[in-house]
Amino acid sequence: MKFTLSWLAEHLETEASLSEITEALTDLGLEVEEVSDPGRSLGAFRIARVIEAVQHPNADRLRLCRVETHPEGPGGPIEEVQVVCGAPNARTGLVGVFAPVGTHIPGTGIDLAPGVIRGVESNGMLCSERELMVSDEHDGIIELPADAPVGARYIDHVGLNDPMIFIKITPNRPDALGVRGIARDLAARGLGRLKPLDILPVEGRFPSPVGVRIDETLRDKGCPLFAGRLIRGVRNGPSPAWLQRRLRAIGLRPISALVDVTNYFTYDLNRPLHVFDATLIRGDLRIHPATGGEEIEALDERRYALAPGMMLISDDAGPESIAGIMGGAASGVSEGTVDVFLESAFWDPTTIAATGRALKIVSDARYRFERGADPAFTLPGLEAATRMILDLCGGEPSEVVMDGTVPDTTRAYRLEPSRVVSLVGLNIPEARQRATLEALGFVLKGDMAAPPSWRPDIQGEADLVEEIARIASLSRLEGKPLPRPAAGVTRPVLTDAQRRERVARRMLASLGYNECVTYSFIDAEAAQLFGGGGDAVRLENPISSEMTHLRPDLLPGLLRAAARNQARGFADLALFEVGPVFAGGEPGEEALVVTGLRVGATAPRDPHGSRRPSDVFDVRADAEEVLSALGAPSRAQIGRDAGSLWHPGRSGTIALGRNVLARFGEVHPRLLSALDVKGPAVAFTLYPAAIPVPRSQSFTRPALGLHDLQAVERDFAFVLDAQVEAQSVVQAAAGADKALIERVAVFDEFTGPRAEAQMGPGKKSLAITVRLQPTRQTLTDEEIEAVSARIIDKVTRATGGSLRG
Amino acid sequence: MDDLDSLRGRTLAAIAGASGEEALEQVRVAALGKKGEISLRMRELGRMSPEERRSAGPVLNALRDEIDAALRARRAALADAALEARLAAEWLDVTLPGRPRPRGTVHPVSQVTEEVTAIFADMGFAVAEGPQVESDWFNFDALNIPPEHPARQEHDTFFMARAEGDNRPPHVLRTHTSPVQIRAMQAHGAPLRVIAPGRVYRMDMDLTHTPMFHQVEGLAIDRDISMAQLKWTLEEFCRAFFEVDRVELRFRASHFPFTEPSAEVDLRCSWAGGQLKIGEGDDWLEILGSGMIHPRVLEAGGIDPARWQGFAFGMGIDRIAMLKYGIPDLRAFFESDLRWLRHYGFGPLSAPALHASLGG
Repeated sequence: MKFTLSWLAEHLETEASLSEITEALTDLGLEVEEVSDPGRSLGAFRIARVIEAVQHPNADRLRLCRVETHPEGPGGPIEEVQVVCGAPNARTGLVGVFAPVGTHIPGTGIDLAPGVIRGVESNGMLCSERELMVSDEHDGIIELPADAPVGARYIDHVGLNDPMIFIKITPNRPDALGVRGIARDLAARGLGRLKPLDILPVEGRFPSPVGVRIDETLRDKGCPLFAGRLIRGVRNGPSPAWLQRRLRAIGLRPISALVDVTNYFTYDLNRPLHVFDATLIRGDLRIHPATGGEEIEALDERRYALAPGMMLISDDAGPESIAGIMGGAASGVSEGTVDVFLESAFWDPTTIAATGRALKIVSDARYRFERGADPAFTLPGLEAATRMILDLCGGEPSEVVMDGTVPDTTRAYRLEPSRVVSLVGLNIPEARQRATLEALGFVLKGDMAAPPSWRPDIQGEADLVEEIARIASLSRLEGKPLPRPAAGVTRPVLTDAQRRERVARRMLASLGYNECVTYSFIDAEAAQLFGGGGDAVRLENPISSEMTHLRPDLLPGLLRAAARNQARGFADLALFEVGPVFAGGEPGEEALVVTGLRVGATAPRDPHGSRRPSDVFDVRADAEEVLSALGAPSRAQIGRDAGSLWHPGRSGTIALGRNVLARFGEVHPRLLSALDVKGPAVAFTLYPAAIPVPRSQSFTRPALGLHDLQAVERDFAFVLDAQVEAQSVVQAAAGADKALIERVAVFDEFTGPRAEAQMGPGKKSLAITVRLQPTRQTLTDEEIEAVSARIIDKVTRATGGSLRG
Repeated sequence: MDDLDSLRGRTLAAIAGASGEEALEQVRVAALGKKGEISLRMRELGRMSPEERRSAGPVLNALRDEIDAALRARRAALADAALEARLAAEWLDVTLPGRPRPRGTVHPVSQVTEEVTAIFADMGFAVAEGPQVESDWFNFDALNIPPEHPARQEHDTFFMARAEGDNRPPHVLRTHTSPVQIRAMQAHGAPLRVIAPGRVYRMDMDLTHTPMFHQVEGLAIDRDISMAQLKWTLEEFCRAFFEVDRVELRFRASHFPFTEPSAEVDLRCSWAGGQLKIGEGDDWLEILGSGMIHPRVLEAGGIDPARWQGFAFGMGIDRIAMLKYGIPDLRAFFESDLRWLRHYGFGPLSAPALHASLGG
């Protein structure tokens, strides 16, 4: 919403300065976005007279001017300045606009410096309108009447000294989309007095030849009230200079007096109007819902096809206006309009909003009607606009024709002054509260406050509180401590799941991973590759083709990140993300997962030979490290069948029975090439919610069982089929004597062609170490031999292998 | 006695001249070994008269002790020399790099979320969560944003596709964390203190907007909570978060459908020299929106607005991260450029703790 200071003064009697006004506006909730003050940008340009203009000695097209300036204003001392000027109209006696050295010229963006032009000094500039950015005129320098006051500021002389204020209007304040509403807020704040707005009805001289009728279906909601009148014999030329100036100042193009009047009312009083050329209306006007398929060319010269339910104003010839949004081109007014039909109606905000959105029309009328015009002002607005048209264009008004009634907006809410104080925490006396509401147009009866018709947003007691607090100024608020809910030391607040998320993140960072945050939506192809991409997780209105589906997995985002980093020359990566993945499109069909990805080598090249390719056992260890930090039991088993995203032979699961806690392995090469990652890449995905929460919440640790008796370690090597898994060997060995065997660990694997050469085709050797911890007495050789035999027996029976000789 | 003097002279010279353990041992054997010269003379003492023995004994004992000490000293000296020689040979170029240690980072969004959580946890706020795909009821209606309300259009909402025949209003990607207010109220009732950090989505992508970003919502409900307490809470938060002694907040009236009264909150700051300083200067930085929870929102959450009241606020996590840590570009947050992650990320041990430090 834009307006100028002088425009505001039409409604507000005030002594306040521009800065006091703009500060108050922002504080009141009418946030000032921009102030353009011509006094600042054009204040240095003063009226000056050319004493003499002669030909420049060295240039055909330049003139040498002696200029009479009055730097301190009219009547002040004269200063004669020499200026070189290239304008064709620079001549002796011309009264124009002079900019002294040091002035910033808005039209060129240049700060004026003393110069020498073709050997002659020039100490200022005679300006064109374009150089001042007051118009596009640049054929010559500004020429003012010979009696213009030399020395006066140009903007004062031509009435351009009018600061423009641009404020952001929140959706609840349609009343502030008119200058009067803004003035009312400022007056309530105490920055002046709201001038009365007296509207006297204009008596009609004849019945309107154009009738109006609202379809039954629209009377209740879409269009409760439609009024208009015909004014015949108008002269529609350019509107007066003051009106044009105001419209230009707020960025509107003056068109003709009739159109300018409607625009003026839109901004002045938040009362959008429409004018038809009455001679182009066939029969009466009918306000009705579109049946669908109607077409109309609107004033923006575009054709619109209407859908059923959109509101139209039609005559016998067909649609003439998209109701409340934009008039039709066919019946619009022109310079030649003699008879005009002026419309003032009240339209249902939601219907206007839906239509405007569907047709993608942005207009001042739509903007206001969808936020809510003042229904009670529909007829007064018509009368006031009639008077203005008569003043500017002459003519003879008909009687008002109307259909429908002013919708009843009467309501009242209880004002509880103590509640205002309790909610806001500002001590505002009751009298002050009541005065504030009255200044805003509320009518108070006892403790009930009835909002004015221009405030559709006031819908309850809480709104009264807001109005009172806003006008009193929230800047007066002083902080008041919020006591802790319970006295004493704060208790931890995080849930188990929240703690896990935090620990997983810190653990992975400590393992050398860099945390990424990638988008929750990915492209369809990647989503499908990772088992998603269905319609349930599709966005109806994606912002780009890269972001069409909710992600089924964190891997595609990380792999794409890896590909981008590889393209930048970073080949060794450890990236992770902790975030949501989506199984479906219903609320709650999401789960928090942790995924880590390693690509390239574990370390940079160095003299110690630290560098080696990251492999499956890195990510398995990473996953186990995180699981352990999250409190997963150590008895989790490694399984296969990690799924189709993984290398079938180089991947696994970490699971408690059928409860999979994590998957790890090499990412399937097909996925890597689809996402342009130079592989191999290893990764893990971990499901924090799958980890059982320990039943006991006790902080007491189990007793530490230490034994002074010497532990014994024995090593065994077995020849096995190559596909026999280490886990089965370890489990079999550990089962040989659960009391005595403290630990079984694999310490060597011998596999490949050399192993097969020694042990036969399809064979490998696996070596384990077993630690025996006696608890009662030192082991005898016989006991050790006995348990060794059991271990060998268990392992060979479980695996079909044999002890390596 | 001349004889002994010469023996002493010879032996000490041999000890001093011994070039290694082995040579020294030979000297020892020659002097103090079973058949060594001094041992032989000691044996002769037995054959002497008592008078002779009385004079020769101490002399001979003294000589033996002296030689023994000289042998020990020489042996120690040789060992030292040998050690030094070995150490000299064991020279390494210690300017070679150390073995690589992993150095990972935590994303600024996570770090700042934890910082915010730590501060509000101290004021008794728990952390609430909610789904990112939301029904339009939770995202809008329950927050007093009815269909066709202009505020709804201003949200640039992402909608989920609806299957043919499914005539429910489409779900949305939550446009703010505010729906968690409703879920938390429904789950816990009043009194209530929660914050709700998380991802939110809006259809907006340009220099300063990304279609996904992060917000944190705050909510406090009790019998007599006021806007003055909201201001104090936010002042305390800003002071703790920006780690400055003094902050000044300015409340400006505004409008949010779910609060009434509503206020935009600005923070006094200075941008002198391109450097943000909180708490001084003449600029104001808009950092969050807030207000007293609208009675209809309390009702939607199942809380009786006649008995309970409270405040709510919401701010951008990415935004306050950018402000605090001087991160220039929002879009880079989600691009996973390793250089950016390393530069702006936080070490694993920088977990915020109020008693130590927030930002590490």
